[in-house]
Amino acid sequence: MKELVVISGKGGTGKTSLTAAFGSLADNHLFCDTDVDAADLHLLLDPKVLEKNEFIGGSKATIIADHCSGCGLCTEVCKFSAINEDFVVDPIECEGCGVCHAFCPEHAVDFQPRKCGEWFTSTTRFGPMVHAHLGIGEENSGKLVSLIRKQAQILAQENQLELIVTDGPPGIGCPVIASITGASAVLILVEPTVSGLHDMKRVAELALHFKIPAMVCINKYDLNTEMTQAIESETEKLNLLTVGRIPFDPAFTMAMVNGKTIMEYAPSSELAETVNSIWTTIRSSEFLTKKEARILPIMK
Amino acid sequence: MIISVASGKGGTGKTTVSTNLAASLDRPLKLLDCDVEEPNAHLFIKPEHLVSKIESTFVPVIDEQRCTGCRKCADLCQFNALAVIGDKVLVFPELCHSCEGCRLICPEQAVEEGHRELGTIETGVWKHVSFSYGRLRVGEAMSPPLINRVQSLIEPDDLVIIDAPPGTSCPAINAMKVSDFVLLVTEPTPFGLHDLVLTVEAVRQLSIPCGLVINRADIGNDELYHYARREGLPILLEIPFQRTIAEIYSRGGLLVEQSPEWRTRFCQLFASILQAAAEAEVSQ
Ligand code: SF4
Ligand code: SF4
Ligand code: SF4
Ligand code: SF4
Repeated sequence: MKELVVISGKGGTGKTSLTAAFGSLADNHLFCDTDVDAADLHLLLDPKVLEKNEFIGGSKATIIADHCSGCGLCTEVCKFSAINEDFVVDPIECEGCGVCHAFCPEHAVDFQPRKCGEWFTSTTRFGPMVHAHLGIGEENSGKLVSLIRKQAQILAQENQLELIVTDGPPGIGCPVIASITGASAVLILVEPTVSGLHDMKRVAELALHFKIPAMVCINKYDLNTEMTQAIESETEKLNLLTVGRIPFDPAFTMAMVNGKTIMEYAPSSELAETVNSIWTTIRSSEFLTKKEARILPIMK
Repeated sequence: MIISVASGKGGTGKTTVSTNLAASLDRPLKLLDCDVEEPNAHLFIKPEHLVSKIESTFVPVIDEQRCTGCRKCADLCQFNALAVIGDKVLVFPELCHSCEGCRLICPEQAVEEGHRELGTIETGVWKHVSFSYGRLRVGEAMSPPLINRVQSLIEPDDLVIIDAPPGTSCPAINAMKVSDFVLLVTEPTPFGLHDLVLTVEAVRQLSIPCGLVINRADIGNDELYHYARREGLPILLEIPFQRTIAEIYSRGGLLVEQSPEWRTRFCQLFASILQAAAEAEVSQ
């Protein structure tokens, strides 16, 4: 089983549109959306939810006023200044470390695991999909990502699917790290802008740090061909495989408005052909064809 | 006055708005790039005299001589950063949230202070803008502590523009929570709208007034406009999709430096923000 994660460092580079298009071209695969904070893939794939599960994340403290003697010890031990002078916990500031709970002499701190989001197993017109939704302002996105990746792997194994196509989150922090560790390869989608180049270097460094092979695809390359060349020489320097260039085309947005992938919206266009050939390059790359089984070390 | 520039979805033009807004005003201000995972503002506002400061956070170091392997620390730790194997404590520093609970609870005073590097804060000057940005160390998972360090540079009475990270989870909330007004940058597409709805919900939970900037205003469809009307969200600026704008952005240019007309529009945007913030205060 192989796992390809599409990431971009910077958001808004067309990652989700492309992931959906690839998924429509792949066979024997399933989708996973690990952008649990702002998941969008379902808007194109219109999944039918088969199973809905609660995600129980970390705990947060609540002080039960009736049991509290007002000794003030909790405010002293809380490193996150989450408890005010009336001994009320601000849930936004609370890190869920449980230190107040451990030290309160009156056992006045309630500290229960909470529901922090939901995750789903679904079917789409292009195969199964595992996705999730993290509650607003919640932490533990990394934990939720690890959970749904694990589920995707189990589902793939059960159904003998060979490939997991994952729509990853933006950035280089906890959800991204959780999305790429142990994956077969990442595809970095980049736009030809100074910020695109800057962010690509950082995710490429991250992939290298976790020893994940990385490929690069340039989207909207014709918006600045000089910058496209700069990106390509950078990828060469970093020894990354450039799999192709996609021109700027409003058809991607129109396809999105219509809830379709580009392959459905404009099947015989030049754009569709470009996406198709990029997918062929990716699919036949050594990272996704190598025989040896990769053990996927997923974090708890 | 602290204004956060945020967006549910990445790549909607948040940095374009924060940097052009900062550049167009004619008064001293602080621009803080809190998108520490992928800071970009410095590519547009190119600060001079950059000073770099390494930021780090507490992680435990166990004194094996004193430790008895009682497990109290590992039982307390909510983040699986400590494990006891035999009578030895293993520390996984990258999982530690620096609550210092292990240090407080250890009966043998065996937990000592160590450090994990979070990243750096770079501070410099560009014309009237005093500019700082955080740069998360590659491999570091937690961005909120570094975001908080960048925000600790805010002093009372400062005029501050914050470039917030995308999304609605803890990093974005951390960046927005200190502000008096949130400017939400979005685009009129299904993805843009879907992510905006989530962000508006988050901003409302924080009880901070907000307004919209619609970027690439002529692509996509009308749903966003219907939503804004229904929810009573003021649209404070629209930026059309133009190849020239995309090109200026792609090479790290500022719109307001290329055209006086855009400077006027961003000055108007600032006036609209002040007005919307004042109205929100009255209605509270
Ligand atoms: S430590 Fe317990 S009893 Fe003391 S103030 Fe805090 S909650 Fe109340
Ligand atoms: S759980 Fe930790 S962060 Fe939350 S209030 Fe208690 S001590 Fe503070
Ligand atoms: S400081 Fe807190 S999070 Fe870090 S190891 Fe100690 S108990 Fe765990
Ligand atoms: S609480 Fe102190 S003595 Fe006990 S296992 Fe932890 S470090 Fe060792």
